[in-house]
Amino acid sequence: MAIQTRPQAGGATAAPPELAITAHDLVKTYRGGIRALDGLSLAVEAGTIFALLGPNGAGKSTTVRILTTLARPDAGSARVAGYDVVAQPDRVRRAIGYVSQKSAVDPEATGRENLTLQGRIYGLRGRELRQRVAELLERMGLADAADRVAGTYSGGMQRKLDILMGLIHRPRVLFLDEPTTGLDPEARAELWAEIARLAREEHLTVLLTTHYLEEADRLAHRLAIVDRGRTVVEGTPEQLKGELQGHTIRIELAAAVAEPRIQAALAPLPGLREVSLRDGAIYARADSGGAAIPAVLAALEASGVPVAAATVARPSLDDVYLRYVGRALDAATGKETGR
Amino acid sequence: MTSLAHTWHMTGRHLRNFSRQPWYIAFSLVQPVIYLLLFGALFKRVVELPGFATTSYVTYLTPGIVVMSALFSGGWLGVSVITDLERGVLDRFLVSPVWRGALIIGRVLQTALVTVIQSLILIGLGLLVGARFAGGAAQLVALIAAAMLLTAIFGALSCAVALALRKEESIIGVVQFLLLPLTFLSSVFMAPALMPGWMRQLARVNPLNWAVELGRAQPTAGDGSLLLSRGVALLALAAVATWLATRALRAYQRSL
Repeated sequence: MAIQTRPQAGGATAAPPELAITAHDLVKTYRGGIRALDGLSLAVEAGTIFALLGPNGAGKSTTVRILTTLARPDAGSARVAGYDVVAQPDRVRRAIGYVSQKSAVDPEATGRENLTLQGRIYGLRGRELRQRVAELLERMGLADAADRVAGTYSGGMQRKLDILMGLIHRPRVLFLDEPTTGLDPEARAELWAEIARLAREEHLTVLLTTHYLEEADRLAHRLAIVDRGRTVVEGTPEQLKGELQGHTIRIELAAAVAEPRIQAALAPLPGLREVSLRDGAIYARADSGGAAIPAVLAALEASGVPVAAATVARPSLDDVYLRYVGRALDAATGKETGR
Repeated sequence: MTSLAHTWHMTGRHLRNFSRQPWYIAFSLVQPVIYLLLFGALFKRVVELPGFATTSYVTYLTPGIVVMSALFSGGWLGVSVITDLERGVLDRFLVSPVWRGALIIGRVLQTALVTVIQSLILIGLGLLVGARFAGGAAQLVALIAAAMLLTAIFGALSCAVALALRKEESIIGVVQFLLLPLTFLSSVFMAPALMPGWMRQLARVNPLNWAVELGRAQPTAGDGSLLLSRGVALLALAAVATWLATRALRAYQRSL
């Protein structure tokens, strides 16, 4: 779990970082006994972008639904922007913006009308509202399409409008539930840039869920890997990758070989850890990949294992995910893939 | 004050979306117009039987068709809730501080206003084929008010059912099943005196029938107490139905 407050050295009285979101032991069971959340906890510092990373069904959306007051937890507690999500839902609602997993634009209204109505709900009026709407549409590049019915927008444009609707009332905390799922890579990269810029300009705390490792790596200051309704590990992307010391070695095999034979061949090598075989390649970790490779290749050759190629890489979030969840995350579909 | 403002904005949303598809009015009037013209012609001489207070069947029928059309408009309102639900629009509003009642009342008010337009068209058509309103403008106002209240009652109930069932096919099934029996178990087409006893009993507790009675009453000819009792009953029912629909909205959110 995250360290929420660090003791200050020398008795200095610097304030601990302000937490915009805290959740403790959230539990949620749906009808039919499906346990979506099983004691999930997290803490997000104000002004940062935090990512919940995990496969479909891990409990990410349920967490967001509880933190945004849409759903209620069966047990546990959570505070957002200083307010309790169960006891003070109205206070929470005024302080947050929410962009759901599925687009929630009204396709029969124009972009401007969608935004204007959303603003009015929060009490914005008159000139102030008109200016805010125009300014947001301009910033997301939707100004030209503003008076077209949103049903005619592309998926990427609808997603942008969704995000603007979450921002219209200048919330302190913004929840983005899989903001780029279903977008093509170009639209996705564009939206990442927009989200990062808006978060900075609007001094937002952002909690986003994703099953794209790259998205978490690119956007998030901190991330938590969620699996089966619990937080498995939490930290900055750099910390998490750093915990996997050294390098990842990948040896592509020229022909299929049984895993026990590989384990037997590589077991005697000192400094080689977490040896595994998946998709026709050997994966292992070593403090220094460059130093380990000659011994690995020699051992494989001695055992008659045919090698096609060998690479050494710094650990990626993929490796982090694999290590903590024990399964690989297929970023294209968000589905777990067996080893 | 916030609740009023939110209701105003939500009504505005539905009215604006409606104004983009004005042909909906024509579509929604097909069935009532067929009933008015074909039944009006087919049963022209039914008024010769004792029990009708008029000698013109279209005069008897037109208020009934106006009210039936109002029932249909209200009955299908739940489909718009399902649409909002499936598009995620409902959840977006539920995460906002919008007054929950506005999510129901906004669409009920819009539909009631559409009912006014439908009623005026049907009344005009009725006049063209020979219907007369002995109570004059006062009778027409009472008829349209009754139609609006009936739309509100069944519109809110339809929203409540939609929030409970959450599937378009289910709500369509329920509404299909109810609309025609409700219409025929009333004095829309036939004078109560000529109905079988059991039907007359059922018609007495049918809100649709209250609205028809209200629409046929002659405010200037001593039907004041009938107007008052039916009006109050419809108003109370509209309030209860709206409250029920708001409860259904909360129940929906609790199930998330």
